[in-house]
Amino acid sequence: MSNTAFSQTLLHDIIARHGASEGPLLPVLHDIMAQFQHIPDDAVAPLAEALGLTRAEVHGVVSFYHDFKTRPNGHHVIQLCRAEACQSVGAAGTQTDLLDRLGLKGFGTTRDGSVTVEAVYCLGLCACGPAALVDGRPRGRVCAQSLMTEVGA
Amino acid sequence: MRIYIPLDSAAVALGADEVASSIAAYANASGMDVDIVRNGSHGMVWLEPLVEIETDGVRRAFGPVTPAHVPALMAGKMECLGTVAELPFFARQTRLTFARCGVIDPLCLDDYVAHGGLSGLKSALAMTAAAMVETVMASGLRGRGGAGFPTGIKWETVRTAHAPRKYIVCNADEGDSGTFADRMLIEGDPFSLIEGMVIAGLAVGATRGYVYLRSEYPVAIRVLREAIETARTGGLLGDDILGSGHAFDIEVRVGAGAYVCGEETALLNSLEGKRGTVRAKPPLPALSGFMGQPTVVNNVISLATIPVIFEKGATHYAAFGIGRSTGTVTLQLAGNIRYGGLFEAGFGMTIDEAVNDIGGGTASGHPVKAVQVGGPLGAYLRPDQFDTKLGYEELDQAGGLIGHAGITVFDDRADMGALARFAMEFCAIESCGKCTPCRIGAVRGTETVDRILDGDAAAVGLLEDLCETMRDGSLCALGGFTPFPVLSALNGWPEDFGLPRREVAP
Repeated sequence: MSNTAFSQTLLHDIIARHGASEGPLLPVLHDIMAQFQHIPDDAVAPLAEALGLTRAEVHGVVSFYHDFKTRPNGHHVIQLCRAEACQSVGAAGTQTDLLDRLGLKGFGTTRDGSVTVEAVYCLGLCACGPAALVDGRPRGRVCAQSLMTEVGA
Repeated sequence: MRIYIPLDSAAVALGADEVASSIAAYANASGMDVDIVRNGSHGMVWLEPLVEIETDGVRRAFGPVTPAHVPALMAGKMECLGTVAELPFFARQTRLTFARCGVIDPLCLDDYVAHGGLSGLKSALAMTAAAMVETVMASGLRGRGGAGFPTGIKWETVRTAHAPRKYIVCNADEGDSGTFADRMLIEGDPFSLIEGMVIAGLAVGATRGYVYLRSEYPVAIRVLREAIETARTGGLLGDDILGSGHAFDIEVRVGAGAYVCGEETALLNSLEGKRGTVRAKPPLPALSGFMGQPTVVNNVISLATIPVIFEKGATHYAAFGIGRSTGTVTLQLAGNIRYGGLFEAGFGMTIDEAVNDIGGGTASGHPVKAVQVGGPLGAYLRPDQFDTKLGYEELDQAGGLIGHAGITVFDDRADMGALARFAMEFCAIESCGKCTPCRIGAVRGTETVDRILDGDAAAVGLLEDLCETMRDGSLCALGGFTPFPVLSALNGWPEDFGLPRREVAP
C-alpha cells in the first residue's frame, strides 16, 4: 500500500475525478483513504467547499462509517469477523488469542504500528469461518497462529 | 487442457490463488498446454478449492486441492470426485438463478451467451414495458433481500410514476451473517445481475442503475466492475442496448462498513453521499427514492433471477415453491455445518432437511443446538422446530423470518445467553441513531441482558418490555427485529441465562 503524504493537489485530483457523479462524497472519501490511508483533518474543509457541503456534514459522514479512519492504520490490517456464523466455529476464542499474542487489550493498532486488528461483521465467508481479511485478502478457517504468520508477526 | 479454479472469495480464502499459481508453474515447467479459467464457485464450500480438469468435453472435479496436491493432480493421480453434477449435494438442486454460477467464465460475455445469457433480455425487448412488469408479477417473485415484497408491484409503482428521471438501485449490501448468495452470484455470474438490471430499467423507464456493494467484498467489487466494462464493450450497457435504441448504464458504489445501509432508505442516503440514516416511510422509495426520484431498490438475487423468468417464462418459474413463496430459494448453509454452501431449490423444504439431510449436521460432530435463520435479526430456532418449512409465511408463523435465506448452525457448545447479548451489542454498534427505541434501546438491552446473566432474574420482565418497545417503535428492521434473536434465545434456552425452564412459547 502506498502511504502518500497529504497534499491539496492530490486531494483536488480526487475530487475532480468524481465531480460529475451523483452523490460523490463516499467515492471521494474511499479514494482519499486509498491514497492517504486515512481522512486527514486538513482534507475536511476543502472537501466541504468543493462539494458544496458544510464541514459538519463532511465530518458527520466520516464519523458515521467504520471504513473511514481519522488516523492511519498499522502496516498490516487484519479485519476479523465477529458475526454469528464465525462465532459458531470459535471466532471469539480466535479473537482473544490473536489480541493476546499481539499484546493488544482490544481492537486497535500494536504499539510499534506493525499490525491493526479491526472487527468486521460478516465477510460472506460463513461456511469457512472463522474468517478474516488480511490486507484485503480473504482468509478462511483462520486461527491466531495462521494470522500471525500471514502478517509476519 | 482446460482447468477451472474458482476466483470466488471462499475458494480464495481457502487457497485457490495459491493453487492456481502452483498449477501454472507446474504446467510451465513441464511444458503442458494449460488454459486456466477462474470460474465462480459451485457452492460446495467444504470442497473448495474445487478444481475441475476438462478433457474431451468432460469436467472432472477434484477437491479440496492444496498446492501440495498439484503434482499428483496434474499427473492424473489424485482421486477424482466425478463431475460436479453427479455430486449428491449438487444433483438435488434446482438451479435457476445460479444455473451458470461455477459453470462459466464469469468475465466472458460469449460464455454467458453460450449458456443462455441474454435470452431473457431479448424476450423482454420484444415486449411493452407493461407486459414486462406483468411477467414479473405473474412469476410471483418476491424480494429476496428479506422483506419479501412482491417485485412486480414495486416495479409497477415506479413504471407508472411520472418523473424526469428514474433509477434502478441494486442492494448488494449483504451484511447478514450466514449469507453469501449475493457475493457468490456477483463473483460467479455478474452478467445475470447486469441483464436483470437492464430489464428492470426497460420495464420502469430508468436509464441509470447503481449497485451498492459492500466494501467487505473486495473480490466481488473487482469482478463486477470488470464485467460492467465488458458489458459496455459488448453493447449490453450504453446508449443502444443490443441495438434496441434504449439506453442503460450501471455504476458500482462501494459501501463503507455500515450494516444499517442494507436497509433500503439508509442505502439511498448513503448513495447520495450522506450518513446512512434510515428515512421514515412514506414516501416510498418507489415514488421518492434516490435523489428524490422514483427508484426500484431490489436485492441482487431478485434482480439476477429476472433473466431466467424472461427466458423460461413466468409460469415455469412460478411452478416451483409453496403457497405464496414461489420459485426457488437460494439457501445458504453456514456456521458450524459439515456440508456448508449454497443450495438452490424450490421453497418448501424443512429446516431439518436443510440442516441435517443436506448439510450433514454440524462440522464439529457435536449435536445441533440451535439454528439462526435469516441473519442477525432472525430468531434462534430449537431442533424441535425444525419441521418448519422454508417459506416467507411459514417462518413467520414459527416466530422467525426467512430473511436472505441464510441458516447458521450452532452446536451444543453455543452459549445462547452470550448470543442474545451479542444481538443487542451488534444493534448498539450498528444503529444509525435516527430513532430512540433502537439507539437507546440496544444499549439498555445489552445492560439488561448482562443483569440477567449476572443472576438478576427480575430483569427478565424489563427486557421483555424493552423488546416490545423496540419491536413496535423502531423505524426499521434493525431495532425492530433485534428482539427476535434476543427473546427466542431467552425463551428457548432459559438455562443459558441461569433461569429455570419455563412453559412459554417463544
